[in-house]
Amino acid sequence: MALDQTGKTRDFKVVGTRPNRPDGIDKVTGRARFGADIVAPGMLTGRILRSPHAHARILRIDASKAEALPGVKAVVTRADFGDVPDHVADIMDNCMAGAKALYDGHAVAAVAANSAAVARKALRLIEVEYEVLPSVTDVDAAMRPGASVLHEGRQQETVPGGMSGNVISRVEFGHGDIEAGLKRADRVVTRIYRTAATHQGYIEPHACLATMGPDGQADLWVCTQGHYMVRNTCAAILGMEQGQLRVTASEIGGGFGGKTTVFLEPVALMLSRKAGRPVKMVMSRTEVLRATGPTASTSIDVKIGMRKDGKITAAFAELRYQGGAYPGSPVDMGSMSAFAPYDLENVKTVGWDVVTNRPKAAAYRAPGAPMAAFAVESAIDELAKGFGLDPLEVRLMNGADKGTRASYGPTYPAIGLKATLEAARAHPHWKAPLGENQGRGVACGFWFNFGGDTCVSLNVTPDGTVNVSEGNPDIGGSRASMTMMAAEELGIPYDQVRTIIADTGSLGQNEVTDGSRVTFAVGLATIEAARAAKREMCRRAAMVWGIDEDAVEWEDGAARPAGPNAGKFPPMTLKEIAAIASNSGGPIAGHHEVNAEGAGVSFATHMVDVEVDPDTGATRILRYTVFQDAGKAVHPSYVEGQFQGGAVQGIGWALNEEYIYDKDGILQNPGFLDYRIPVASDLPMIDTVILEIPNPGHPYGVRGVGETSIVPPLAAIANAVSAAAGVRMVQLPMSPPRILAAMQGRGRA
Amino acid sequence: MRYEAPQSIDDAVRLLAAGAGAHVLAGGTDLLVKLRAEMVEPEVIVDIKRIAGMKEITAEGGGWRIGAAVSGAEMSEHAGLAASWPGVVEAAALIGSTQVQGRATLAGNLCNASPAADSVPAMVAAGAVARIAGPKGMRDLAVIDVPKSPGKTALEPGEFIASVFLPARGERSGDAYLRFIPRTEMDIAVVGCGVALSLDAGGKVSAARVALGAVGPKVILVEAAAETIRGRTLDEAALADLAAACSAAATPIDDKRGTVDFRRHVSGVLARRAAVIAEARAKGEKA
Amino acid sequence: MSRIHVTTTINGDETDFLCDAEDTLLDVLRDRLGLTGTKEGCGTGDCGACSVLVDGRLVCSCLMLGAEAEGREVATIEGMARGDQLHPLQQKFIEMAALQCGICTPGILVAAKSLLERNPDPSEEEVRYWLAGNLCRCTGYDKIIRAVMETAADMRRAS
Repeated sequence: MALDQTGKTRDFKVVGTRPNRPDGIDKVTGRARFGADIVAPGMLTGRILRSPHAHARILRIDASKAEALPGVKAVVTRADFGDVPDHVADIMDNCMAGAKALYDGHAVAAVAANSAAVARKALRLIEVEYEVLPSVTDVDAAMRPGASVLHEGRQQETVPGGMSGNVISRVEFGHGDIEAGLKRADRVVTRIYRTAATHQGYIEPHACLATMGPDGQADLWVCTQGHYMVRNTCAAILGMEQGQLRVTASEIGGGFGGKTTVFLEPVALMLSRKAGRPVKMVMSRTEVLRATGPTASTSIDVKIGMRKDGKITAAFAELRYQGGAYPGSPVDMGSMSAFAPYDLENVKTVGWDVVTNRPKAAAYRAPGAPMAAFAVESAIDELAKGFGLDPLEVRLMNGADKGTRASYGPTYPAIGLKATLEAARAHPHWKAPLGENQGRGVACGFWFNFGGDTCVSLNVTPDGTVNVSEGNPDIGGSRASMTMMAAEELGIPYDQVRTIIADTGSLGQNEVTDGSRVTFAVGLATIEAARAAKREMCRRAAMVWGIDEDAVEWEDGAARPAGPNAGKFPPMTLKEIAAIASNSGGPIAGHHEVNAEGAGVSFATHMVDVEVDPDTGATRILRYTVFQDAGKAVHPSYVEGQFQGGAVQGIGWALNEEYIYDKDGILQNPGFLDYRIPVASDLPMIDTVILEIPNPGHPYGVRGVGETSIVPPLAAIANAVSAAAGVRMVQLPMSPPRILAAMQGRGRA
Repeated sequence: MRYEAPQSIDDAVRLLAAGAGAHVLAGGTDLLVKLRAEMVEPEVIVDIKRIAGMKEITAEGGGWRIGAAVSGAEMSEHAGLAASWPGVVEAAALIGSTQVQGRATLAGNLCNASPAADSVPAMVAAGAVARIAGPKGMRDLAVIDVPKSPGKTALEPGEFIASVFLPARGERSGDAYLRFIPRTEMDIAVVGCGVALSLDAGGKVSAARVALGAVGPKVILVEAAAETIRGRTLDEAALADLAAACSAAATPIDDKRGTVDFRRHVSGVLARRAAVIAEARAKGEKA
Repeated sequence: MSRIHVTTTINGDETDFLCDAEDTLLDVLRDRLGLTGTKEGCGTGDCGACSVLVDGRLVCSCLMLGAEAEGREVATIEGMARGDQLHPLQQKFIEMAALQCGICTPGILVAAKSLLERNPDPSEEEVRYWLAGNLCRCTGYDKIIRAVMETAADMRRAS
């Protein structure tokens, strides 16, 4: 049950059940068309030449030999794009380097040819003259005065004088008096924590197919989290009107934030424009890792004071995030989320956005938050253990609740943090015995969740079935959720509704599938679109019955006279009204366009048991339980799936995943062999507990669930490993050599 | 590039000897990765899988001859081979995923000449011998002598490995191979250790071969480690000496997969654990 | 350079195609035969998205040349259902939400089917190790493993 907008609780018929997803058969039979599966008649193969240097001035590009190779139909360099608007300048530069190559793998030229073999050969014929410059990939090294500077003149006035030009901006959040609070503490923990850059690791490489005619009209098929974003960005870069570029989203093979920007798409369009033919581009895995969205690597100072009863008296963190070669690391969100789970009198975070010679960071599931939570939740764990206190009780004592002023400003409405902590405390996992070399860790996590521009169109067919058109790629079952909410609202069976992802020509602007926004915002718009259709159907029934339309109400899939005074008429079902639509004014539809607000923040508590091999430092995850607030779980299986997937990405981040650069800034592990994401045999089952604290901002109480689940695992696992190894781990990944070295240094420290 | 699938060893040798640009294809799990990365650009690929005998495991003189195109999965499914040399079979089974097991071969693992090849320390511990076909006919070469340095082998132009021979397992003998990887599967060995040993009637080690992988430019046969346990029962003191000898013999580097200190230490850890398994197998216990 | 003519059997149908020597079986399936259900996630045998059966043996089609398929029997995801009858694994994956984005799903289904044909009663550990070469980034594997185990139990009951 959840609150509806009138504040009444309601019983759901469809929402909360677990129907089969509408795209299920396509996806288990191989019929679903993903990015690389799209073809067009006469299409060419596009490929990109990438910089072998981490930092180099591009002195000259000579593509004449490539252009002369038979089968080559177009070569593109940055010069082809000319000037682009400021708001897409960095995106442009990331898609195709201008004056400098800024990281190993940075695109410098592209070709379109009539076969992959010819395209490959053509790339080798492009001569690029580089002046190699010193490079820097470590965040702390990049901040030092004297470090090689990537961009001149990009530093903002928030940065004090004397700092390296790589420090782009500074943010600060908080309230109270840190020094005064620390004086009241019985103990203060001060530590530096470090995390490595990780990649979203979607299994589907980026792919697109572009076709542009001489009239300037273009079509683009692409695997993306947001085809409207792709349209707007590409149109700006190519100097097109948005209405002339139609973008269709293919099925998407994972994104996790990494497909919320463009890489290949403007290049493919430019190649198609020059060649006059459709151009298909598909990245290799190596290209994905070298040149697309890792997250930031970080270095974080934390200082927290606690009384011996567990009360936090002051909390401070200084966060340094490198976001790759362009401004815009997620340090702002890290700084805002670091202490968001707590009700603190004195709290402050300072964040520094830093550029380095690495690929431009893209969003990755709760961007910026997991690293901050790793630092803060580790420090709280250390303090609690130091006083011999139960880490769940300490979190409950300090936990945020309705009315808490968050460290980043707002005052919370009803939230679920304490519900997750209480559920964790009551769960058998918390009391289960542990063996030798085993440890248990807990940690909390927070994510904002977003809403944003959303359009949904709902059409009733002449036979009374329903089509929902929405503009957000289905990245993990959202078509099922939209279908369920439409069926719920209309009072018809789930199988009477089919939801599609419409192209950019068919709906108004839609924000990207990000910020855990889709089930919330698109769901809200779907419900409102259904309500609009219901109003219209009630009007039609009123017309047939000859009564006032206000005297008709919609219940259980049919229009009915509202109350005894309205008249005695048998209900008219949706199908019956659909059948008379043409004769009663025309087709029936409902639509809703909104910039959705009220997304509702989400909290989780994770609990994990590990065993550390004292001889090798290898960590095994023995047991894992996720407790998270979903507001209202529309399709509980997919909610559980989000909890499990986020937890396991966090396990990878905690234990093995990292970008490894050599001293020259060359990426050492651009493949799934040495970029080690978790495999099935690494893991136990991931247990889940769904809490439902309704979000007042959604008609059914829905909160986004996709991102929060990656926030606690880094710290939860670090706390568990620290307990098992008998030494505090402060750097990720906690790879076996690092753990073994820490254990061997135990007595010495 | 051309693709050839000769039906006889002679035809294969002729194709391979014709020019420097010929590459042998057996399982292809290394070659195709290199092709894609443009690390190799062969003029001709010589697929040896259609040559008679290449896909066969045959008993020979109490031991086993394993054709160059026999996959890891086929080895694991061969009860006789798995009973004789469980360590070698398990080492081969550790190479890559189930899918890779469907194709990857012992001979390929050896010819790839990666210092981290899983099957090589196990084969070296077992005293395996490679049978090499070439323009001058067949020759046998101990597996330990096949790899020279990372990516380089002792094979002459026109030669390829036709089979690997595992000798008869002695009485009261057993072998084992263990590797360390960061995950539970799908990684390249950070350290690998193969141990083959025989016991006398009193349970003392009468013969032993200990080999380390991924801790030097090629597989290391650690004679000092074998020496330290010979004539002893594998008690705590013997195992500690074995571990120390292996750690001392390792000459690893720091790289993306591990550190020098870690690899040295884990060389000893794995040697100790592998020796315990090999001993149990020599005693006929299940391990 | 002339192309290689290859005759093979794919999902039970005799099929022939022309390919270049360097074309992988995956290239052939996807680009020459239009069988795009087999996916490329890495091209190096590290992700399993391109899993197919060749003569009943599970392999990565990215690690095999198209030319090697001469005279072999290849089975892909497109041949897993019998007409409109889904394989029990396919049905169970849908029912148990064992996929999110679905890109790894064809490879995992092909691999899981191969497991159950060899071992109708696998332990959880056996399923996890058999599928260790099939990367999934969405699900954390939980629902995949459960779906394979439950399908195995259903199929044992049915047989």
